[in-house]
Amino acid sequence: MTTQARDHATAMAIADTAVMTRRYLSHYLRKPSLLAIALVQPVLFVLLWTYVFSGAIQTPAGITYVDYLMPGLFILAIVFGSANTGVGLADDLGRGLIDRFRALPMARPALLVGRTLADTARNAFVVLLMVAVGYAVGFRFHAGPAAALVALAIPLAVGYLLSWISALIGLTVRDPETAGTASLLPVIALAFISSTFVPVATMPGWLQAWANANPITHAVDATRALALGGPTSGPLLKAAAWILGLLAVVIPLAIYRYRRVTQ
Amino acid sequence: MNETPAILAEGLSKSFGEVHALQDVDLSVAPGSVLGLLGPNGAGKTTIVRILTTLLRPDTGHASVTGLDVVRRPAAVRRVIGLAGQAAAVDEYLTGRENLVMAGRLHHLGRAESLRRAAELLERFDLAEAAIRTVRTWSGGMRRRLDLAVSLVGHPRVLFLDEPSGGLDPTGRQQLWRTIRQLVTAGTAVLLTTQYLEEADQLADHIVVINHGRVITHGTPDRLKQQVRGARLQLRLATPTTANHAAERVADLGSGPPQVDASIGEVTLPIPDGVAVLPEVVRRLDAAGLALSDLALRRPTLDDVFVALTGQPTQPADPAGARPPTRQDKMATP
Repeated sequence: MTTQARDHATAMAIADTAVMTRRYLSHYLRKPSLLAIALVQPVLFVLLWTYVFSGAIQTPAGITYVDYLMPGLFILAIVFGSANTGVGLADDLGRGLIDRFRALPMARPALLVGRTLADTARNAFVVLLMVAVGYAVGFRFHAGPAAALVALAIPLAVGYLLSWISALIGLTVRDPETAGTASLLPVIALAFISSTFVPVATMPGWLQAWANANPITHAVDATRALALGGPTSGPLLKAAAWILGLLAVVIPLAIYRYRRVTQ
Repeated sequence: MNETPAILAEGLSKSFGEVHALQDVDLSVAPGSVLGLLGPNGAGKTTIVRILTTLLRPDTGHASVTGLDVVRRPAAVRRVIGLAGQAAAVDEYLTGRENLVMAGRLHHLGRAESLRRAAELLERFDLAEAAIRTVRTWSGGMRRRLDLAVSLVGHPRVLFLDEPSGGLDPTGRQQLWRTIRQLVTAGTAVLLTTQYLEEADQLADHIVVINHGRVITHGTPDRLKQQVRGARLQLRLATPTTANHAAERVADLGSGPPQVDASIGEVTLPIPDGVAVLPEVVRRLDAAGLALSDLALRRPTLDDVFVALTGQPTQPADPAGARPPTRQDKMATP
């Protein structure tokens, strides 16, 4: 392929991805009930954990529970929303839309990249909403605006990874309901057995081993360090390595699935 | 013929585990012609369409569309084909116009041309009024029309229609047939799958009949029909005991001896010439004072084709679906 042809192909692939991103964003805007749930759930999370559990959970000295909790809740809310990707794709598949798109002269990765980008846009909205609710119940960023921005980028990166995992699940199990349930399985193992709600040191030893190996723990620790202050490079590097490493595996697998799957 | 075939398939086979979906299928479609792929549910029609539209790879054999190999040059194939699958594959949460513009953009027509093409197709498929409503609010027939419109956005040279008349009412079907004829006149090649002999007969220049993944016969509709028993007239007598009497009266009008089921008062008469003998049948029964409770002209169905070709009836998953929905429609407008 000549350089010119390759540039043209790249431009087309970007254009196709933009078309797909817009399509999935329209879905969110035109399914009011889905949008409402996407927004109510994170608010519920903030209120539930800050008011119901705060008295019972020991936080490290000098940190209020709401400050300790919010970075974990950003990630939790996004983790729970990630099942949407697989459900949506299984639905597209069942309606014959994936067949239609696959028979069009569009770039192969465009549909999945567009879908995961649209889900990331939705996640950004969720995170901003949670920051607002968090501020109302006493949460504050303590390490300045630049660190706060990076802190918010981490949940979005986790969300992007989980969207691809959910996409792979959705295109593999092919049924929307199964995709929804299946996408939540890794979520439960990852989100709850981590530093999201409680310090890892308070868990039994065998669970600590899992929690310390869990990429969600590193992501939460990095977000927390950026929000509250403290050493950030260690958890940030670990989180980035996990996310990029898993993306490098999951994206090709999901695209491979997409290229083979048919109604 | 030195023209490159619009579709050429040779020795296509495909298995899903133990199931041999296709075995050694050959077919060829000339530009500007229609191939009707006829067969019951599960015969392998959709598998053929999926291989030819690059959605599925054959296990063995090869296929090309406008000379482009579907396995080696799938991207090039996708630029020259249009596909309307069995489901109305349109996005419910977009409007009709948005669905068409999206397809235009994905065909890389550019923004202005995509809009122009969308408007043209909305007009052509009589969907202009619904263009700005989300498809969720549309009827099944409208979705089906939009689905067909979407498949035409890229000006396909080869169009694949997988059971296109499913979900269409008789008016919608007529409209679909008209559209297909226009496209073919303009040089488009069409491969359409159907369970209905009548549809294949109406549209196809050539018919390939498949069953259990194999081509069992192919030829022009006329040739195929010669292999099939002609129409039969079914008479239902108001008084069942008069059935034998009625059969004697009309026996010489049929091409073969009438069959009588005295228990329900039914007489079946083979009449290859169709309606021509109908007035005489009615006159004679009337003259003899034999009252009818029902009269139907039964046209050859897919089952009849299969009985004629294979000596055994088909076993479709949905027996009702294997017959034309309006096989007595000729009687409705005498």
